[in-house]
Amino acid sequence: MGFWSGFAIPTVVIVLQIVAIILPLLVAVAYLTYAERKVLAAMQLRQGPNVVGPFGLLQPLADGIKLLGKETIIPSGANRVLFVAAPMLTFLLALVAWAVIPFQAGWVLADINVGILYLFAISSLGVYGIIIAGWASNSKYAFLGGLRSAAQMVSYEVSIGLVIITVLLCAGSLNLSKIVEAQRTIWFAIPLFPMFVVFFVSALAETNRAPFDLPEGESELSGGFNVEYSSMTFALFFLGEYANMILMSAMTVILFLGGWLPPLDIPPLNWIPGVVWFALKIAMVLFVFIWVRATVPRYRYDQLMRLGWKVFLPFSLLYVVATAGVLVAFDWLP
Amino acid sequence: MFSPLVSEYLPILIFLGIALVVSGAAVGLSFVLAQQKPDSEKLSAYECGFEPFEDARRKFDVRFYLVAILFIIFDLEVAFLFPWAVALGDIGMFGFWSMVVFLGILTIGFVYEWKKGALEWE
Repeated sequence: MGFWSGFAIPTVVIVLQIVAIILPLLVAVAYLTYAERKVLAAMQLRQGPNVVGPFGLLQPLADGIKLLGKETIIPSGANRVLFVAAPMLTFLLALVAWAVIPFQAGWVLADINVGILYLFAISSLGVYGIIIAGWASNSKYAFLGGLRSAAQMVSYEVSIGLVIITVLLCAGSLNLSKIVEAQRTIWFAIPLFPMFVVFFVSALAETNRAPFDLPEGESELSGGFNVEYSSMTFALFFLGEYANMILMSAMTVILFLGGWLPPLDIPPLNWIPGVVWFALKIAMVLFVFIWVRATVPRYRYDQLMRLGWKVFLPFSLLYVVATAGVLVAFDWLP
Repeated sequence: MFSPLVSEYLPILIFLGIALVVSGAAVGLSFVLAQQKPDSEKLSAYECGFEPFEDARRKFDVRFYLVAILFIIFDLEVAFLFPWAVALGDIGMFGFWSMVVFLGILTIGFVYEWKKGALEWE
């Protein structure tokens, strides 16, 4: 086996596969911002962006070009290296997590057998980008926003971990493709419905979305941890946040909504390729993300911590034990 | 040819490299394309039109620290639960009850800190 066929060609194939993941992802992120503005507008009886291009479809592109042309401001009191590194870290983590997501049976870049652990680890690291940004900015708003955001993210991280454990008990594997295949008889959203709700609400908190968007509360912290950021450094935070939203939706779909599986395994539905089902389900979950933002008022910080520590944590802990108990008692373990 | 372990994790490493290049390029490009005209007013920390009073890195609420400690305890617990959840079919009743005892001990601690008011905000 020579150098070319042994190492160079596989590496080129991997690079092409990665590009095939990153490009659609970035387009999806751009059009998620557009979809959010359009959906919010429709829910508030407004038009939304409609000037740039037909139906405003070129709006995300215009926004991107505008941000690229702005001056990057690094405040005089900031730690310069950390200040620039924080948004890069946030964006990097939001991209790298996609390496293990199965888009369809066999369509996965790195089919590692600890896939869900990898996702859990990467999404936990996301807190670093925010706390580094809050610290490095050396601004009071950024500092408070960073602290709040970090506390909020770690609080809901715990219940996300416990929810993942209940799914693992039912699936019996850490590999994401096997978790999806385990849902061929029934999607986990049905037997584990309460955990599905806990996971979705925690995903909202984890991505700092409404109604848990206190770290960025415009009216009190004027933007929170990213108040000092401009130009591309701001854009990377923004893109990272939306890529994380899509990632959390993908996790919801893989863990609870049967991944790429069609809702019913009958002819007209199972002719459609799995990746289309996967994308459709992600779009549905993302729509709910936006819908929640249009509907629910912002939480107070003490209510947020109360929900995380005093409701979700004991409840999901109890549910882990109950699920394990039922599975052991009836000998249903996979 | 790559060994199986390498071929499983190599794509992640390459992905990391490409993601680093993409994010670095985005920041670098804006430095190249946009005009940079910094002045001292522009570079001062944002504080609603005031001059910043003092350094932003001041004392903060100890409860953030408490939350971090609690997080470490419960995240470690989740780390213990991962292998247990996957192997529960093989370790049977004994494995199940050992974990119930472990979680029971943790719950006692959790009840204690709840009663102590460590979870209260305001």
